[in-house]
Amino acid sequence: MSETERFPASMYGPAERRMAEALVEIERQALAEAEECDCKEGMFNGLTRRGLLMGGVAIGGSALAGGRARAEAPPGAIEYDVQPDPTKEQGRLILDDGGYGSRSQFENEVRWRYPTASLDSSWSMTPLASGRGMITPSGLHFERHHAGIPTIDPQTHELILHGMVDQPLRFTMDDLKRLPSVSKIHFIECSGNGLTEWAKPTLKTVQGTHGLTSTSEWTGVRLSTVLEMAGVQDKAAWILAEGSDAAVMTRSVPIDKAMDDAILAYAQNGEALRPEQGYPLRLLLPGYEGNTHIKWLRRLEVSDKPFMTREETSKYTDLMPDGTARQFSLEMEAKSVITFPSGAMKLPRPGFYEVTGIAWSGRGKITKVEVSTDGGATWREAALDGPVLSICHTRFRLPWTWAGEEAVLQSRAIDETGYVQPTMEQLVAVRGLKSVYHLNAIQSWHVAPDGEVTNVHA
Amino acid sequence: MFTRNLTLICAISALALPGWAQDASRTSAALPETLEDTGERAPMEVPKSSAAEIPDIAPAKNVFGVGQPATEEQIAAIDIDVMPDGRGLPEGSGTYAEGEELYETICAACHGSDMMGVAELGAPRLIGGRGTLASDAPVKTVESYWPYASTFFDYTHRAMPMTEPGSLSADEVYAISAYVLGKAGITSTEPDSVMDAAAMAEVEMPNADGFVSDPRPDVGEE
Repeated sequence: MSETERFPASMYGPAERRMAEALVEIERQALAEAEECDCKEGMFNGLTRRGLLMGGVAIGGSALAGGRARAEAPPGAIEYDVQPDPTKEQGRLILDDGGYGSRSQFENEVRWRYPTASLDSSWSMTPLASGRGMITPSGLHFERHHAGIPTIDPQTHELILHGMVDQPLRFTMDDLKRLPSVSKIHFIECSGNGLTEWAKPTLKTVQGTHGLTSTSEWTGVRLSTVLEMAGVQDKAAWILAEGSDAAVMTRSVPIDKAMDDAILAYAQNGEALRPEQGYPLRLLLPGYEGNTHIKWLRRLEVSDKPFMTREETSKYTDLMPDGTARQFSLEMEAKSVITFPSGAMKLPRPGFYEVTGIAWSGRGKITKVEVSTDGGATWREAALDGPVLSICHTRFRLPWTWAGEEAVLQSRAIDETGYVQPTMEQLVAVRGLKSVYHLNAIQSWHVAPDGEVTNVHA
Repeated sequence: MFTRNLTLICAISALALPGWAQDASRTSAALPETLEDTGERAPMEVPKSSAAEIPDIAPAKNVFGVGQPATEEQIAAIDIDVMPDGRGLPEGSGTYAEGEELYETICAACHGSDMMGVAELGAPRLIGGRGTLASDAPVKTVESYWPYASTFFDYTHRAMPMTEPGSLSADEVYAISAYVLGKAGITSTEPDSVMDAAAMAEVEMPNADGFVSDPRPDVGEE
């Protein structure tokens, strides 16, 4: 009997079918060995459930602990019946998720799509308010793409390296995985992060104001490794990176950056890249604006000049008040934001709260984060969670007892170059209100006496 | 889902299918096979090198015996970029009149016959806006903002139109370039005026000198 016949779509949803398939598989493994051994004690619960399955009884029935309820679980979760007393019946079976975990049905954080006109060219933002520590779960990592998310089989994907090199090269994904590799924990921030906030407070939550930054561990081959294999010629100054999405996204990168710490990344947080993060291969340029970290990477061309692609001329350039525009503003400057408490929250009552947030710099390590609860009049140094890594989200914390009075919460990051995160006023004084990109000003959250937290300019 | 079930059946019946994972027409991965006796999942396959021959392997000299030379044909098949000095422009040509017809057929639905864009579609305005960049309401268009005509050719060729990206021939993109740059008041609006590689490299965009390099840090230094 095929699995399709055994678990027809009319009776089983996709998640239920996965669970049913997993049960059959577990059973098969348990039955595969004729002789019983102690090692299997507790592994498999005998034929009762098999009987249930074979008899065609819906596995959502209450007879089965951890059975399915009818309502829909949040994305990434499977909804099980909540047990009245989980100490009085067996829990659900091991591997009932098919061997790839799911989160609790009681957790509901999701990325949020900024309402661009086009669904093909859009971005989704990380729910920073509920973030913990410095790592962003892969499924919550922000995404920005300009022509949808391609579906690419890594067995047919290739990377071609050509241009001003002695030997143009072609790599399969297998080839790249055979080369010496590195794992590094870095943030990626879209330079459009906060673009709604220049003139006045616009979005309500920290997800909306700051959710285009995320941190992952990235694994891959140093770009310098393959460039050295190909032999970069003397006059080389730039390298073009090109994706294989429908935008065929392209950006020019200084060759010095490429030879320094750039990574051809095929893994994120210990597993393959997520499709929306560039599966099977993306460029990682630590500290550079997110758009340059070309996803679905298919081609690298070494040249003496920048290529002046659409995304480095008409976009991702910062228009100044005098009508000129800054180009190749590649490094993301130091920035921080308080994620708790943050916009659209309501503090239920006066008392103790741990103020916490993240700080990061594209130029190195965060050395200090200061927090103000009075709109910048006085500052206190926050504790940084270690290890503090270069070009990486750094978690800061400060204990705060709220007496129930009006407060304005701010954080200010300082990085190892001595750069101090500016105020909005300082930034606007130099750049005006039309530059769109690279807003790294201090964020202010107003706390009202009733506990309402709102996005303000202060 | 059908494939998933197929793969599960394979796993359940412990069928060994050498080469299954190499199926070029596959739509998803098979679950790892189970090993005999213990039933453990097989680990990942060791990645193979595509190198045809094993050269003198010397990792210290970046000779790993991995990868292969890219041929000129393989490079040419995907080397589509165009640079401001005209490098990369393909052979071909198109006229303003041809461009007008193509624009109306292919581009106008999103960008508007008047090239003013359609905001609800996310399609930007293409022309106008000169002299606005220093104002409180800057209008950034191909005409007012884009520093190089090569960028217009490159982007239109690689990514337009949205419904069929990368489908335009070199001749078509030259023609559309002639029409849009003509309407922008940058090149000739004579119906027979021709755009080709030589003409494209000569186009001077109104905002060619409008860009400066990154002066940061501009604020925030201690």
